[in-house]
Amino acid sequence: MVDVNKLEFGIETFGDIVANEDGSLKSAAESIRQIIHEGEIADKYGINVIGVGEHHRPDYSVSSPETVLAAIASVTKQIKLATAVTVLSSDDPVRVYERFATLDGLSNGRAQVMLGRGSFTESFPLFGYDLTDYDDLFNEKLSLYDMLRTEKAVTWSGKFRPSLKNQEVYPKTENGELETYIGIGGSPESIIRAVRFGYKVIIAIIGGQADRFKPYIDLYHKAAKQLNMPEYPIAVHSHGFIADNEDEALEVAFKNIKANFDRIGLTRGWAPMSREQFDHETQVGSFYVGTPEVVANRIARTIDLLDLGRFDLVYGAGNQTAAQRERMIELYATKVIPRVKEILKAKEAAK
Amino acid sequence: MTIKRVGILGAGKVGIVLAGLALDAGYEVRISGSGTVKKIDLIIKTLVPGAIASENRDVVENSDIILLAIPLSRYKNIDPQLLKGKLVIDAMNYWWETDGIREEVLEPDSTSSEQVQAYFKDTTIVKAFNHMGYHNLQEDARPKGNPKRKALFVTGDDHKAVDEVAHFVDTMGFDQVVHYNLADGIMTEPGSPLFGASLKYDELKHIIDHFNETEFGKQVAASQK
Ligand SMILES: NC(=O)c1ccc[n+]([C@@H]2O[C@H](COP(=O)([O-])OP(=O)(O)OC[C@H]3O[C@@H](n4cnc5c(N)ncnc54)[C@H](OP(=O)(O)O)[C@@H]3O)[C@@H](O)[C@H]2O)c1
Repeated sequence: MVDVNKLEFGIETFGDIVANEDGSLKSAAESIRQIIHEGEIADKYGINVIGVGEHHRPDYSVSSPETVLAAIASVTKQIKLATAVTVLSSDDPVRVYERFATLDGLSNGRAQVMLGRGSFTESFPLFGYDLTDYDDLFNEKLSLYDMLRTEKAVTWSGKFRPSLKNQEVYPKTENGELETYIGIGGSPESIIRAVRFGYKVIIAIIGGQADRFKPYIDLYHKAAKQLNMPEYPIAVHSHGFIADNEDEALEVAFKNIKANFDRIGLTRGWAPMSREQFDHETQVGSFYVGTPEVVANRIARTIDLLDLGRFDLVYGAGNQTAAQRERMIELYATKVIPRVKEILKAKEAAK
Repeated sequence: MTIKRVGILGAGKVGIVLAGLALDAGYEVRISGSGTVKKIDLIIKTLVPGAIASENRDVVENSDIILLAIPLSRYKNIDPQLLKGKLVIDAMNYWWETDGIREEVLEPDSTSSEQVQAYFKDTTIVKAFNHMGYHNLQEDARPKGNPKRKALFVTGDDHKAVDEVAHFVDTMGFDQVVHYNLADGIMTEPGSPLFGASLKYDELKHIIDHFNETEFGKQVAASQK
């Protein structure tokens, strides 16, 4: 059963390039600075987490999310600082630990590691990895990261990285452990893997009805019981856009989310998104688009249905203006989140 | 042949969705991954209760029709002898993100299903279920006659086998647009306007019938010259 008082709400950005009011695009540098400002706004309004993605492409501004998070740390007090996600398979777990431990230090323990594949793969050739090794890379690097996370001397050897012999890695954190999530898509095996490591799970629901993930969440809880591992409430992230006016919200979202998905689709051979698909996603699927009331109702339904502990809304897809992005964050924090809690509390009382 | 028992090789995203559809259609379902039963047992029990988690050999020996739902880069890990004499649906596509570089997986001068057929030379291959995303396969299956019913492209060289598979697709919840030419599988491969699309019969048929006029169709035609 959802514990409304413990529910967490986050926003996440992939670092999309921000648009000027006249439709021209800002530079990557300007887009990065905009994210810092948005982190500040989110913190001011009490949003629990901000997640920043890692991409190595022209259409996204952030390849080094911890640096961006460090800047956000310096202008915020409460908000947790997460990556969405860190592509562990093409990274060095020692460096991942070091960067996050540093972020954790300078933010007073607010760093949150989210490990996963991410939705792109360009980091593989960039850092000299073979995509077909994807699973082996992730498993091996996760096993090393898991040892580093104990913050004790590590002795380890594997295929993709030089061995470590009784090696201490610094700095140590004040909490003694970095909060860590595994980000997963639709693969049941990755749920089992997250359970085996005892990490929290955040599911990326980027298309289709949230309902179809219910069995996956059952799987998580069953596997945790069977393997005698800790069970945490599941987190979900999905795309969304909120505006004061329903038509405006739909129009901006259709233009931007479609542009974003179609551009990705082009490199993957997907057909472009039709209006019918988009409407389906906003009505019963996984795009949370509309006025605060509409979006709050849909988020509340998903949280209740999947028994979630956290919901992150991915914002800024495509090329939105700073005003659109900031207004959305404000509406999410001041209208949507309180309304979601209200709906869920009423539901609880009725049970 | 009446199909009663369905075997699925590949217990990933697509394999599990297909297992669920086959159970709903009333078939006896067996499914395997690349490893042991133990590795997939809990997953199968939880996500598709009623399907029998097994290993490739057992799946093949105890099924009337087999679905290949593994990454394309892995099909050569299956011994062609294992599928000898079987009716097999190829639900695979070349997908660079998991399969790696195309030249290492596929010869440049033919389509993926033709190469799968050449490898499993004593097997009857029909291509189907490959062009719709797994969550659409799961959510869009509908009984015959339902106005929201979507369609799948079914193609293969063996007339009778194609008709059998088309009937099977019908029982799984989709209309069918049928061709009798395995090489036409290219019409639904990545890059095609049909890849990742979930369309009704008329829409699917229209694009198939006018494939040569699509951007992708033109590219394919140009590369065949
Ligand atoms: N994803 C889609 O929306 C979609 C839609 C239509 C068609 N397809 C096609 O369907 C195929 C599978 O895709 P997917 O997304 O389901 O991939 P996936 O989630 O990665 O699953 C692949 C499955 O195949 C298994 N496997 C690998 N080698 C095997 C072997 N030799 N014998 C038996 N099982 C084996 C894997 O098991 P292990 O983990 O044990 O290796 C895994 O269970 C691909 O060719 C894809 O192009 C995908």
